[in-house]
Amino acid sequence: MPKKVRKWEVFPGKNKFYCNGRIMMAKQSGIFYLTCSLIVVTSGLFFGFDCVYLAEHVTPAIPAIGVALFLFVMSTLFRTSFSDPGVIPRSTPDEAAEIEKQIEVPNTSSPGTYRPPPRTREVVVKGQVIKLKYCFTCKIFRPPRASHCSLCDNCVERFDHHCPWVGNCVGKRNYRYFYLFILSLSVLCIYIFACVLTHLILRAQNDNFLNAMKESPASIVEAIICFFSVWSIIGLAGFHTYLATSEQTTNEDIKGSFTAKRGQDNFNPYSKGSIIKNCMTVLCGPTAPSLLDRRGFVVPEVSQALVVQVSENPEKEHNSVNVRHEYYGSTNITNQKTNSTGMNTADDINNESKNVAKREMITYQTPDGTVNSKLPPNSDIVIPITSENTESGTKGEKTVVSRGCSTEY
Amino acid sequence: MSEMENLAALPVNQCIKIFVQRDFTDGTAVKFQNKYPPELRGKIEESQFSQTLNTLNGLYAEAESLSSRTYCESCFACLTAYLAYLCMDTYYEKCLKKVNRYIEEQNKTVYVPRGVMLVDPVERGLRVLEICLLNETNHR
Repeated sequence: MPKKVRKWEVFPGKNKFYCNGRIMMAKQSGIFYLTCSLIVVTSGLFFGFDCVYLAEHVTPAIPAIGVALFLFVMSTLFRTSFSDPGVIPRSTPDEAAEIEKQIEVPNTSSPGTYRPPPRTREVVVKGQVIKLKYCFTCKIFRPPRASHCSLCDNCVERFDHHCPWVGNCVGKRNYRYFYLFILSLSVLCIYIFACVLTHLILRAQNDNFLNAMKESPASIVEAIICFFSVWSIIGLAGFHTYLATSEQTTNEDIKGSFTAKRGQDNFNPYSKGSIIKNCMTVLCGPTAPSLLDRRGFVVPEVSQALVVQVSENPEKEHNSVNVRHEYYGSTNITNQKTNSTGMNTADDINNESKNVAKREMITYQTPDGTVNSKLPPNSDIVIPITSENTESGTKGEKTVVSRGCSTEY
Repeated sequence: MSEMENLAALPVNQCIKIFVQRDFTDGTAVKFQNKYPPELRGKIEESQFSQTLNTLNGLYAEAESLSSRTYCESCFACLTAYLAYLCMDTYYEKCLKKVNRYIEEQNKTVYVPRGVMLVDPVERGLRVLEICLLNETNHR
């Protein structure tokens, strides 16, 4: 009886999963632990030293508010770091084949007329012309506002940026948690700083300031940490407040997508018109569930064998991949994992024992700058090459790995 | 196993698939293009297809709408430091379950008897609405 494999185990991106698929983070999450420990240590010192004095001499509401703030900060931090930012699942081979067909046909018709470069599609969103780019890795035309994160190797909806401090991308599904995190963290910073100053001043009334500092050295540590971090956190909070009120992402702001440029009548089609409405949409709008179904089980193929199908027949679709899949809840299992240098990971070595015909992967850089590797295309396929496009088209060749065979589950 | 080996095709997996793409003219909200695919001619009437698609778009629009219910739900979740989301489904998830039930019902009553099957877009990451033509194979 083959072991049941969950979909997160065969996820093609570079994310790391914990708690059997419940938690999803970026590959490099070291800085996240730094963020966590900074907040926990500073708050711990605050509760352990300053709160004891202040609760007695001023009011016990001070530690109560501190606890509430701390819990809110940690909760929003965990929500930002552990949740799916809005990853768009990669396309199925059938979809990829269909898109390839659609891209090829317009290029062969009407020579001499202007046609847009391949791998882009134009849509009109509320009167504004938006270009949709084709993602070579995910084999989809990215929806508006989506972008491909090269660190996580995923397309993310409403991509804001990849934040190393929280160890995850910030996208549609976790932007509000990220915004509330930096907002509440700036409040917490200011709160701790103010309480520390109050504490030292109250102590200094009985004694001089230097002795007060000697009696409570923890307060100095907290004050230093808060003082140095508060400027950047408040700056970030202010910047994201501006972004939220104008309904833009960091990505769009940096690229200047919606500023008046080239004399065009550029406007932001996603903006609701007023600051309040934009804020409400960003903070209180509907939350889509994760499209990844990380904890679902992979539907096993009928045969446990591994198949690499390459089309030899020119009559067939040029991107034919004979990957069989069930109708509902199917997952096309790929073994196209790449590490940061775009070479094959060690997993591929295991596959050689499973009779997979391994072909040499070639490494290339896609127009959007991501480095990937793929199997070489068939020689009978001719894909037009433009100045933007350095690779000769994508093929849907994948190795179907029935991970139920894997012994490292 | 050689690369060129062709495994025996299963009866239902090798079928022609039609993809109805997303319609972005109103923004990034989930909405599918109401274009009648020519491959369905003879199987499903244009009006029937149009009605199914309009109902689907309506259900998605309801999920994405900025109603007072959504605001209250989000504010309440915020007040509980988002721990409430561990216990309950969001309104969006409930709407997606409604979509799933609608598609199952449509498949059972209208589409499968005529040799066509709709795949819930959620299974395709809300990128496309996949329509499978059940009785025809596309000789791969």
